[in-house]
Amino acid sequence: MKRAIPIFVVLAGLLVAIAAANPFFLEPAGFLAFLKRVAPLAILAAGQYFVIVSGEFDLSVGSLVTVEVVVAARLIDGDEAMTWPVLVLLVVIGLLVGLVNGLVTTKLRVPSFITTLGAMLILSGAVFLWTGGAPRGALSQGFRVFGREGVWAVAILVLVVVAAVLLMRADFGRTLVAAGDNEKAARLSGVRVDRVRVFAFVLSGLSAAVAGILLGGFAGVSAQVGQSLEFQAITAVVLGGVVLGGGRGHVVAAIAGAFTLEALFTLLNLHGISGALEYAVQGVIIIAAVAVGGLRLPSLRLSPSKV
Amino acid sequence: MIALVANPTRAVYAALIATLAIGWALVAFDGGTFTLNDLVGIQQRSAALGIVAVGQTLAILAGSLDLSVAYLISLVSLVAAETMAGQSSNILTAVVVALGVSALVGLVNGVVITKLKVHAFIATLGVALVIRGVLDHLYDGPAGRVPVDFQQLGYARIGPIPVAAILWAAVAAGVWFLLRRTRFGHRVYAVGGDVEVARLSGVRTDRVVIAAHVLCSLCAGVAGLLLASRLGAGAPTVGTDGGYDLESIAAVVLGGTALAGGRGGVAGTVGGVLLLAVLDSVFNQLEVNSFFKDVVRGVVIVVAVAVYARRTGRRAS
Repeated sequence: MKRAIPIFVVLAGLLVAIAAANPFFLEPAGFLAFLKRVAPLAILAAGQYFVIVSGEFDLSVGSLVTVEVVVAARLIDGDEAMTWPVLVLLVVIGLLVGLVNGLVTTKLRVPSFITTLGAMLILSGAVFLWTGGAPRGALSQGFRVFGREGVWAVAILVLVVVAAVLLMRADFGRTLVAAGDNEKAARLSGVRVDRVRVFAFVLSGLSAAVAGILLGGFAGVSAQVGQSLEFQAITAVVLGGVVLGGGRGHVVAAIAGAFTLEALFTLLNLHGISGALEYAVQGVIIIAAVAVGGLRLPSLRLSPSKV
Repeated sequence: MIALVANPTRAVYAALIATLAIGWALVAFDGGTFTLNDLVGIQQRSAALGIVAVGQTLAILAGSLDLSVAYLISLVSLVAAETMAGQSSNILTAVVVALGVSALVGLVNGVVITKLKVHAFIATLGVALVIRGVLDHLYDGPAGRVPVDFQQLGYARIGPIPVAAILWAAVAAGVWFLLRRTRFGHRVYAVGGDVEVARLSGVRTDRVVIAAHVLCSLCAGVAGLLLASRLGAGAPTVGTDGGYDLESIAAVVLGGTALAGGRGGVAGTVGGVLLLAVLDSVFNQLEVNSFFKDVVRGVVIVVAVAVYARRTGRRAS
């Protein structure tokens, strides 16, 4: 957890700054609205964390989110009775895409950057081939409630966080980190490296499905709903001090990274730096955060008894 | 067949020839013809991606990668077109300024990666966001004007060969020479293969990575100039619309260069770009849906890399 401390300090600072600029943020309704907005990215970050800590990337989650939303809108088409069957189908799609990503990466030994880049092209191509270029249909009220009602979104977020923490405390978590840290050593000590990695990709696919369900309700149906979410999720995870290449970092810190990113957007908006320059500020802060994290690491290592 | 696949560069050219032949047959079967004009069109279309991909090859060989090229291309097209402002007399200044901006961006990428020790993925993604912010802040749409003289770069031909393709060939040949025939090239392979070993053998690894990034950004700058000449103006979305960031990485990997660095080369990348362009061209002839193209492209990239992985994996074990 030592690596994770800076991100919580930064997050706390940002939250205080937001509260100072906008007191409404401290009221339950204001904070709930913030949580609702964070939930999809936080869930994606949790999924991405599993993949990254095992030493891989998942670039397909953004287009997978788009696929989930577009498929849901087309199949439900305003029909309330279709809500639950479609929800199940969406979860199955997420699991399946994750499984294929994992199997191609481990069994065919394609670098995950390429596997998931290919999946990204295939998924977005396929879904618009199916719908004829633009999303069609509409979501039902029963579907939209998950992303629209703050209580639902927060409940799902809490569930995901608890599940992620439990998973990382179980044998799976330890073997996953071991596989990412030193694949050969893990293999020699009996870890089924391929199996835990495939499972990590499946979890990432699942997280994209859940995030898609929330975003469908929150943001509505569009072809851009998942755009560049993969980069945001990876950024969030890295902000949380998780090392690209695997083996180091904590899942709660990765989720805190998503909160930090969203808090940053909120703060920039409050100060009128919206739209255009927001990207520039975001870029500088990401580089600075990772650079500072990297420079701080050695001193922490030298004095393990402190902190 | 095994001998063919053993060397990824040869494999990609074999695949290229096979795709051309199959494409030719399919188009003929469809009632169309595949003419010299189409071949020229393939070179025309692939020149910009080809130049970016050659630069990307350098970054990837050095064990890095560059996600900022797409936004840099847009930025360069705007800087060049605005500096030219329709006057032929400004062309030289504009080219120098545009390449200067590119080199600066590459320098920033390289310094952030080596001195601040930020992972290349995050460093270049961050720089891409910064450029995007600047673009969105300053421009709403196309700006500047490219004089007719400079548009020759995008449209003129010498005999049947487009000037753009000659430019691409020159960039590729230059980088090939740099990689295969100079000390710098050997160092790029050494650093990409194993940074620690390279450092212990006395290579100043930071300098090599920075130089690779400067050259990569310069290539993106040249592609930006080419696209500006073709559009007749600069455009804030020309780089991202072409998807040059991920597409160039895909072309490099398709050409057999290992994403981890240290293995591969420019020849493979040229083959990879041509393969993507031929596929595109065949689909256009057959009037295939553009979304289907994306699906096929995704499958081709993954399958190709899976085939290379089989070979190298077997040799290692």
